[in-house]
Amino acid sequence: MRNKFDEQLELLNSELIMMGGLCEEVINMTTKALLSGNPKLAKEVFPLVEEIEKKEREIETLCLKLLLQQQPVAKDLRLISSALKMITDMARVGTQAADISEITLLENITKENSNIHIQDMALATIDMVNGSISAFVQRDLELAQAVIDYDDIVDEMFNEIKDDLIKLIGQDPSIGEYAVDMLMVSKYFEKIGDHAVNIAEWVVFSITGIHKEDHE
Amino acid sequence: MEKFKITDLDLYYGTFKALIKVNLTIEANQITAFIGPSGCGKSTLLKSLNRMNDLIEGCRIDGNVLLDGEDIYGNIDVNLLRKRVGMVFQKPNPFPMSIYDNVAYGPRTHGIHSKIKLDEIVETSLRNAAIWDELKDRLKKSALGISGGQQQRLCIARALAVQPEVLLMDEPTSALDPISTSKIEDLISELKERYTIIIVTHNMQQAVRISDKTAFFLLGQVIEYDTTENIFSNPRQKETEDYITGRFG
Repeated sequence: MRNKFDEQLELLNSELIMMGGLCEEVINMTTKALLSGNPKLAKEVFPLVEEIEKKEREIETLCLKLLLQQQPVAKDLRLISSALKMITDMARVGTQAADISEITLLENITKENSNIHIQDMALATIDMVNGSISAFVQRDLELAQAVIDYDDIVDEMFNEIKDDLIKLIGQDPSIGEYAVDMLMVSKYFEKIGDHAVNIAEWVVFSITGIHKEDHE
Repeated sequence: MEKFKITDLDLYYGTFKALIKVNLTIEANQITAFIGPSGCGKSTLLKSLNRMNDLIEGCRIDGNVLLDGEDIYGNIDVNLLRKRVGMVFQKPNPFPMSIYDNVAYGPRTHGIHSKIKLDEIVETSLRNAAIWDELKDRLKKSALGISGGQQQRLCIARALAVQPEVLLMDEPTSALDPISTSKIEDLISELKERYTIIIVTHNMQQAVRISDKTAFFLLGQVIEYDTTENIFSNPRQKETEDYITGRFG
């Protein structure tokens, strides 16, 4: 029964996994380019971001088609509505990765001067994005919750970097441009963490029917 | 406020048990939808709310059905019960008489014969059924000559003419085109201000659009009863989920 619908839902699922995979790839590549100060690698980020945006439009079209043709209810409706929200956050991860790569291309942040905290923060947000995608794939509520909880740690890392940079400017005012770029990069990572949290919250909603905002 | 309170209702057709331990409370001035696969007992329950099942040989019930606290299977006037609890069927079934006489039929059987009074009842009932403007110039014409959608609204007007408190509707739009369906749905939503409405429907989207609460039936049992929003967005029972998502079986 409803074989065609089930096939379409399966397709939606695999498309989301594919888009999630692209997000993981783009943020890994962005981080690698930033931390190694490699402009060639940074440039490779942009086609990947375009691919993510293309995937977003494809999934959006598929969701609208499913809503129109199948009039989904219950868990099907939750999956499709969550998908529509999740792809926006996934696409924003791509856009912010592109923003970071543009700063990498300015070459104010080099391998020598990139500080230890930005590396920790980048790795933490990679974990968050990976975690939110895995939570979706495995329908894992605990993992989704872990991603949501981790947001506070990443926010704290952002504050540490900000403090580091304020200190550095105090010691050497000539590093202003580096410091501003670094602050923006860390803010982008912090935003990527927020998008991972949003994705995880929609994973929770698609499984349980309860969204965070229901409790607020 | 509760209109119907159904407690431990079992219903048998001969040896076949069609309803099993049904417990439901139907709220006044709300639209309650009964959904479920064919043969699950939803129409049977609907008919037991104004004792239409009395007409079926071998039908018997255990348990209680209270209407405003009064046992409808106790010592009550069944004609009065059916005046209070009206019914609209799947296929429009106007009587082979004029539009006017169709609506006046009920009030006349309840002893109203004044033309002025009947004129007033006919107009009010047709207005309340959102069909007065379409039919006001042909009241003396045969009811069989109007469209299916108009016939169904006429039947609703006929049910309203005896001033019921509850309207039972058994798939009232399943024989109608989308425009007529939409008119009847709008009408049902308007009527809930004055009446308690219970509707059996196979159209899931219709249940979502118009009802406040939904009961899902399976094999004579109420599997789940909740707000329509909860039933269709996050049902608690797997059977409900399987049925409404079209994966039943």
